[in-house]
Amino acid sequence: MLALNNYLIVSAILFSIGCIGVLTKRNAIVIFMCVELMLNAVNLSFIAFSRYLGNLDGQIFVFFVMTVAAAEAAVGLALMIAFYKNRESIDVEDINVMKL
Amino acid sequence: MESIFFIVVAAVAVISSLLVITCKNPINSALSLVMTFFCLATFYVMLDAPFLAVTQVIVYAGAIMVLIIFVIMLLNIRTETAKRSSHAVFAGSALGIFVLFQTCLFLMRGGMTGAPGPLDHAAIVKAGHVELIGKALFTDFLLPFEITSILLLAAIVGAVILAKKKI
Repeated sequence: MLALNNYLIVSAILFSIGCIGVLTKRNAIVIFMCVELMLNAVNLSFIAFSRYLGNLDGQIFVFFVMTVAAAEAAVGLALMIAFYKNRESIDVEDINVMKL
Repeated sequence: MESIFFIVVAAVAVISSLLVITCKNPINSALSLVMTFFCLATFYVMLDAPFLAVTQVIVYAGAIMVLIIFVIMLLNIRTETAKRSSHAVFAGSALGIFVLFQTCLFLMRGGMTGAPGPLDHAAIVKAGHVELIGKALFTDFLLPFEITSILLLAAIVGAVILAKKKI
């Protein structure tokens, strides 16, 4: 069986790639996909820790993360469609209605 | 053998996730993300969690990505219109690399602690992964499970209300 650190390093790399994507992209849907990538990186850590500690709680937590991600996908994409109807764009720089 | 397989899958996962943030077309990003999800499902199988791997493929690579691709096609976004200013790209990348550096530092310095539980490969194979998850979900984690159902109900209602003609 491989060392735990291998999985954790892959998880860290995926998380930072998702982080870079969230901070540098302008398209709201791509940002959304990067958030999903970060959630998945954390899921990988959860499952790796759960396996190496011989404890099932981490895997149950992954279930709840998946459920929250599904709910987030439904509401987030509905918000983007509503925004696109108003502004004809999903560029995050255009979301400035509440700016002073 | 296992380590070679791990390296190949990890390389595919990292490259496809890099494609997610470098592709110009959002559809290409979405397809690369599906590839990353499949690689993660492979990792879950290697970590003796086959049921979670199946859930990953069905829920993430199936349901959520279909929803995202559907919205991309509905809104008909061809390409990334304009980039952020180079300062923003530089600062964002620097912050991301800093996060990676810090995590690797923690991993080098520290080790895993905690009382080891009873589960190992033999126990999981003997009892069955689905049965173990089901037992934990419906005994120890019953309250969070029920709260999750309320969360999903709220998400459905929210999505329907947001999708109405006049908000």
